[in-house]
Amino acid sequence: MARSNEPAFWSLFSAGGMVAAFLIPAAILITAYMVPSGKIEADNLRMVMSHPISRLLLVAMISLPMFHWAHRFRFVLVDLGIKGCKLPIAILFYGTAVGSTICAAYLLLL
Amino acid sequence: MDNDSSTPTAAGPVAAKQHIRKMPVNWWLKKPAYLRYMVREITCLFVGGYAMFLLMLAARLDKPEAFETLLASPLAIGLQWVALPFAIYHSVTWFNLTPKVLVIWRGEDKLPGFLIAGAHYAGWLAVSAGLVYFAMSGGADG
Repeated sequence: MARSNEPAFWSLFSAGGMVAAFLIPAAILITAYMVPSGKIEADNLRMVMSHPISRLLLVAMISLPMFHWAHRFRFVLVDLGIKGCKLPIAILFYGTAVGSTICAAYLLLL
Repeated sequence: MDNDSSTPTAAGPVAAKQHIRKMPVNWWLKKPAYLRYMVREITCLFVGGYAMFLLMLAARLDKPEAFETLLASPLAIGLQWVALPFAIYHSVTWFNLTPKVLVIWRGEDKLPGFLIAGAHYAGWLAVSAGLVYFAMSGGADG
C-alpha cells in the first residue's frame, strides 16, 4: 500500500463518519418511519429532495459515507483474517465509492 | 513481541515469518470489548448500505411513482429498521471518540472531553431536528 495515499483515504473516512453520524439516523427516521406512516407524503419528500440545496447535501450523504464504508470495511476483512489481496480489495472498495460518487453527482447535479 | 530462542543470524527472514501468530476467526467473540469493537466496525456496512438506498432514491427523483414504490417497499423498510440501531451505534461511538481526536486548549488547560463529546451530541440533536423539519417543510425555502 502506498503510504502517501493513506491520509487522503483517512480524511474521506473521517468526513464520511461525521456526515453519517450527524445525518443518517434522522434520515432513516424520515424514510423508514415518517413516510411509510404518512407523516410525510412521499411526493412531498421527493420535492424536498429535488431542491438544489438538498441535491448537494445528498451527494455528500452518498459519497462520503461510501468512502467511510470502503476504508473501514477493508480493515474489517483484515480483522476477520483475510490478509491477502490487499490491493485488489482496496481498488474494488475505493472504486465502488468513486463510482457511487460519480453516479450521485450525475443523477443529482446534471 | 516474542522471546523465542531462534537464532537471529542466518535464519533471519524465515524466523520472522514464523512469528506471525494465527488468530482464530472468531477472536472478537471472546470478550465483550472485542465484540463492541467489531459491532462498531460492522456499522460501516449499514452506513454504506443506506448511502446506496439514497442513491436509489436519487435515481427516482424524476419518477414520482417509482420513488413512492421504493419508499413503500416492505423489504426497504425492513432493512432500514435493521440498519437504524447500527446507524445510532455508529453515531454514539463516533461522538464518544471526538475528545480523542479534537483536543481544545483553553490557556493551559485542556477542554474536558465530556464538553467536546457533549457539544457533538447537542449538534446531533439539532441537526436531526433540522433535517426532519426540512423534510416536512415542502422544500420551497428550507
